[in-house]
Amino acid sequence: MAVSLREYRARIKSTESMKKITRAMELIAASRIIKAQQRAQSAAPYARELTRAVSAVATYSNVDHPLTREPEDPKRAAVLIVTSDRGLAGAYSSSVLKEAERLAERLRGEGKEIDTYICGRKGEAYYKFRGRPVVASWTGFSDQPSYDAAHEIGRTLIDAFLAEEGEPNAVDEVHVVFTRFRSMLVQEPTDVRLLPLEVVEGEEKPDRAEVLPLYEFEPSAEAVLDGLLPQYVQSRIFFALLQAAASELAARQKAMKSATDNADELIKKFTRIANQARQAGITQEISEIVGGVNALADAQAGQD
Amino acid sequence: MADNDQLQVELVAADRTVWSGQATMIIAKTADGDIGVLRNHMPVLSLLVDGVISVDPVDGDRMYAAVDGGFLSVANNRVSILAQYAALADEIDVEAARAEFEAAQGEDSDEAQERARRAEARIRAVEKAS
Repeated sequence: MAVSLREYRARIKSTESMKKITRAMELIAASRIIKAQQRAQSAAPYARELTRAVSAVATYSNVDHPLTREPEDPKRAAVLIVTSDRGLAGAYSSSVLKEAERLAERLRGEGKEIDTYICGRKGEAYYKFRGRPVVASWTGFSDQPSYDAAHEIGRTLIDAFLAEEGEPNAVDEVHVVFTRFRSMLVQEPTDVRLLPLEVVEGEEKPDRAEVLPLYEFEPSAEAVLDGLLPQYVQSRIFFALLQAAASELAARQKAMKSATDNADELIKKFTRIANQARQAGITQEISEIVGGVNALADAQAGQD
Repeated sequence: MADNDQLQVELVAADRTVWSGQATMIIAKTADGDIGVLRNHMPVLSLLVDGVISVDPVDGDRMYAAVDGGFLSVANNRVSILAQYAALADEIDVEAARAEFEAAQGEDSDEAQERARRAEARIRAVEKAS
């Protein structure tokens, strides 16, 4: 009995130290998530101004730019999957990957071939393990993406989109799969078609008084568009990365919170069992003593 | 009237707002040459090149900022300057910029030249400010 008691004590101890770790991870994720949200907020003005500028150009000049042109017969699609670098974030990476599978299925149904691009080690490992080809992958920034990363990814995807048919990696469409951060509790994997760009006039129509003015373009509308659109694409990718980072942290916080709670439960359970084992040991010892005393008493009574 | 010669200016980098406030004049370097913006300027959207932006705020001294390309958009007395990288002169680390300039000049690729140009813009912004 004493052996199993010691065993239980050891299990309680290890569960306790596990709980300390998950608790620490939960707190770290909670503090980082605030930073991630701040980053998303401070990136918002850039995205807003850029969208304004793009819709200004789109409204006052005939937009005919390679990046907005719909290919007549799309055959290949690139899919960028934004996953995390590290695990222990619950179902975060696997639900993005599942969404990506769904999208791939749909695209294949439309008769398109798929080139996969990946952000984050988890996605990379998933594809490597299954032996599926990946055109390019980027890792090492999933919980705090920099604009440079978005810039690099954007350039690669734009190059692939603009490449003529027949060139390696040429694609007719670019999709992004990432996790949208709705709230601390809800993060949903979404897919968005990035290219060809659909220039939306903004979800809310500007007021009559705020009609976009007639701009003069320098050096020319085409040149401005040439400069603007790639930036716009990159800023959209940056937005996706930031959302994914916030979602990853929220998912991790949630996962670690339930791990901590679970450790609590386990400790409680093990403590009960250990107490029971201890009590059983004591009871046995007592009954052994009592039995021994009785036997002695009986023997002495026999002698008398 | 003070209100009448003001521009609402936003200098925005990809990951943050660098400066925002009221100003009387902006000078920026576009692909076609320098452009100065005063109040009631006509709406313009133009491409900038790596260079120095100068801003005359309503209160305070003239400020300088370095940008890596980007755009200038002017409409209804609102000026927004968008650039992937932008920094005010007093935020720039001159030594780092000088070191990068020297390092980039030694190389002979397009990318290095771009880096050199950007570092030069940063150095110039600091020199003008001092």
